Amino acid sequence: MTRARVLRGRYVDSVVLMRLARELASLDGVDDAAAMMGTDANKALLADGGFLDGPVEAGPNDLVVAVKGASGEALGRVEELLEAPAAAVGARTLAQAAALRPSANVAVISVPGAYAAAEARTALELGLHVFLFSSNVPLEQELELKQLAAARGLLCMGPDCGTALIAGKGLGFANAVRRGPVGVVGASGTGIQAVTALLDRFGAGVSHAIGCGSRDLSEAVAGATAFAGLEALAADAATSAIAVVSKPPAPAVAARIRAWAATAPKPVVLGFIGDRASPPTLAALARAAAGAAGAAVPDQEPPEELPHFDLAPSQRFLRGLYAGGTLAYEAQLVLREAGIPCSSNAPLRGERRLASVARSEGHTILDLGAEELTLGRPHPMIDARLRCARLLQEAEDPQVAVVLLDVVLGYGAARDPAGDLAGAIGEARALAARDGRELAVLAHVLGTERDPQGLRRQERTLRRAGAVLLTTSSAMVEAAISLATREPAAALVGSAR
Amino acid sequence: MTTAPAVPSLKERIDSANEEALARLVAADPVLVDVAPASEVVEGLEDRMILHSGPPITWERMCGAQRGSVLGLVLFEGWAGTIEEAERLVASGAVTLEPNHHHHGVGPMAGTTSPSLPVWVVENEAFGNRAYCRPTDAAQQFGDYSDAALQGIREWRDLRAPAVRAALRQLGGLPLKPLLARALAMGDELHNRPNALSALVATALAPALVQAGVETEALVKTLLWLRYDEFLGLALSMAAAKAATEPAEGVEASTLVTTMARNGVEFGIRVSGLPGRWFTAPAPAVDGLYLPGFGPQDAGLDLGDSAITETVGWGGFVLAGAPGILALVGGTPEQATQVSRDMREITLGTSPDYRLPVFAFAGAPVGIDVRKVLKTGIRPTIDTAIAHRDPGHPKIGGGLVRAPLDCFARAFRAFGQEYAESA
Amino acid sequence: MSGQVEDLLARGPDAVNVGVRDFAEALEAQEVPVVQVEWEPPPELDDDVAALLEELT
Repeated sequence: MTRARVLRGRYVDSVVLMRLARELASLDGVDDAAAMMGTDANKALLADGGFLDGPVEAGPNDLVVAVKGASGEALGRVEELLEAPAAAVGARTLAQAAALRPSANVAVISVPGAYAAAEARTALELGLHVFLFSSNVPLEQELELKQLAAARGLLCMGPDCGTALIAGKGLGFANAVRRGPVGVVGASGTGIQAVTALLDRFGAGVSHAIGCGSRDLSEAVAGATAFAGLEALAADAATSAIAVVSKPPAPAVAARIRAWAATAPKPVVLGFIGDRASPPTLAALARAAAGAAGAAVPDQEPPEELPHFDLAPSQRFLRGLYAGGTLAYEAQLVLREAGIPCSSNAPLRGERRLASVARSEGHTILDLGAEELTLGRPHPMIDARLRCARLLQEAEDPQVAVVLLDVVLGYGAARDPAGDLAGAIGEARALAARDGRELAVLAHVLGTERDPQGLRRQERTLRRAGAVLLTTSSAMVEAAISLATREPAAALVGSAR
Repeated sequence: MTTAPAVPSLKERIDSANEEALARLVAADPVLVDVAPASEVVEGLEDRMILHSGPPITWERMCGAQRGSVLGLVLFEGWAGTIEEAERLVASGAVTLEPNHHHHGVGPMAGTTSPSLPVWVVENEAFGNRAYCRPTDAAQQFGDYSDAALQGIREWRDLRAPAVRAALRQLGGLPLKPLLARALAMGDELHNRPNALSALVATALAPALVQAGVETEALVKTLLWLRYDEFLGLALSMAAAKAATEPAEGVEASTLVTTMARNGVEFGIRVSGLPGRWFTAPAPAVDGLYLPGFGPQDAGLDLGDSAITETVGWGGFVLAGAPGILALVGGTPEQATQVSRDMREITLGTSPDYRLPVFAFAGAPVGIDVRKVLKTGIRPTIDTAIAHRDPGHPKIGGGLVRAPLDCFARAFRAFGQEYAESA
Repeated sequence: MSGQVEDLLARGPDAVNVGVRDFAEALEAQEVPVVQVEWEPPPELDDDVAALLEELT
């Protein structure tokens, strides 16, 4: 069946009309569509094409739109389709883009790993710094890229670099952090996010945070980008102190960094989290760096007052459901320091690996951003569904006393991470309550007030859903330990905070 | 004592061969010299022969539109009285079918050329070679063999072509380079939007028709045709392009593409360093817009020698300068600009003569390099009309198509076999 | 540090984004100038053609 509509006095360019017809024809219930100005010749064409049941009252300056098919609703969308802007088209290649924008100074690259190095090489050859988010880039290619970058005086941040902050602007997943005197060099995305968000929370600020990529501090790569970053921050007028955040590097590399730090023109705080010589937690690192930069360091808070939870005797374990890999790692360090054994899908060296990632055992720290859980799935910082499902699963387990959640804000993260978890938090606590238990849900929001999601708004949402908020990730783990073991938090390793 | 000169690597040989081939291509100086029956001017055109667009193909495999066009010319030549007779005649093998390209010629869409059909003749004065193109039309070339469709080419043969011939004699030939350059600056891309060129040619021929003493009835009909046929210029840009590419063929070790042509079944390319060899792949479907009542289910596959225009840097390569074309092929001005920018990535250089106001008068990208196509994955973009899949219909739409990558991969493999093993 | 690094730290990023569009949007939200590259993987070629191409380009 055919239906036609006349839009009086509506002149539309023939290019737009052709496109309109094509878009209408692609709608459900529409077999074919035509859109033409109402000249006699066009009306004859429409009639010949079977679009008009009878004569239509339209003149040369009226638009006739006709559809064939079951649905006449499509005709109602004509105005909306006419208003839709044409798709913008960017450049096709890096070279084209650089030619279009000669002032460009950095290429942000996130193509599949097999192709990433070629793009990064092109960028460096064009004189652009590189922020290489892509992972699964072969080691030889990383070495070539970092050599080329060094030869050209350019930074190669990555591969597998998730975060950087340059002059207050975030590359990759990054937070809106106030500017200030602390420079950061990091081999871990969430590590940089955690430290910079804490520096913001403490009222200190960040000059720049240079990401190196996860393999930079290995023996093979030998800290190529880390040293370039350290040299840059040493020479940067806006930086008064430098913090390095990573898991402990290869010993030879750690030694060279220590040697460099010893003769650096500015104070350097080495945060090889897990190494005895380094601050034991991200919060301790941030405090030390802020102090070294001359920023007023907030007094260490006493262990945060927890509300009372009606825990059943069977509830003995904590379950950490982490989106941020470095926070999961830090959690395990705090547990080890407190003498609490735990299992993980990303265990510390020598610690227990979960038999099956699908089932928690005893105390468990899960890194939901680990590769085996993100194959073909969006990262938990963007999509909360896996975490929500796991939260309910833990709530069903009568042995679980407390669940820990890190909620990461910032550019690149989900629009409303707290909101995405709120429903599941409420459901999980309700589920436990029906079974006669109270489930404690602890949350730490990694973010700043200036982040698009807003730190305080996100904390409120979580609180309303029944979570208890802790201001640092390590404080959250200590609180969880205290709940699970029934020991007051102050009795735990106090200096760990 | 001097040391022997270093033997250039194959890569160096290719680069200098391409420089030479490109130089020949852009040196072209096309002049419209004649309009004459094909039997008079087309080398090797035999008595019962019909030439067609695209790479070689047999009658059995020919697509519907091209078959319809062949049958139409069989009737036009009087070799058969009815369509059924014509079909039997051709199926029997009594009519030889060969590509225009094998006879220094080109033809748009089905591209069929037969002995009595007058063709446009263009001479490349830089090298002295000549090429021809059969006339454009919106029916017979799309496979329509109705009486009305044939009436058009009969009138061309009997009335308009002789008139134009006389006008060209009067003028002593019509230099095309200045007209092509001006048309590009006036929003043409010289393939599916040749309107300005058509108008410029019409304006040049009109006084000459009068001065040559063409008699009134023929004069009026010819002038009216010149006035209304917006596509007449396409035949001239095609003939000019063909005349430009021929001197660039056969440059040893060159990877310059000298031909792109389609017959509705296969898309074929030829490469300068591998003269006389076709590299083909299945003809792609056209992504486009249709006249009311028609759709992709009715369409034939990519068809015509008119991709010779893209081969010299016109058509899809200068889409950005012809926003008017978007009414035919769809898309936005931004997309058209992107296509032109992409084409620059696969060409050896830009034209010194044909420049685009929309790109601040930068030259049109010209000289497709097989290597660059394979390296970037950017395939030459061609804008084209769409024929029906069956014989007996006129034009049904227009759109964009991209040359299949396989043609270039095959050509490059053959290039390696030819040159790398003996290097 | 090199002049280019000094320039980057002083001016801030002026980016070309190759890959996932979300990163470009994040940059736009911070008012960082960014050109999006509509990246496509290079064509899949047979091994012999790919090797020849590598040699002759």
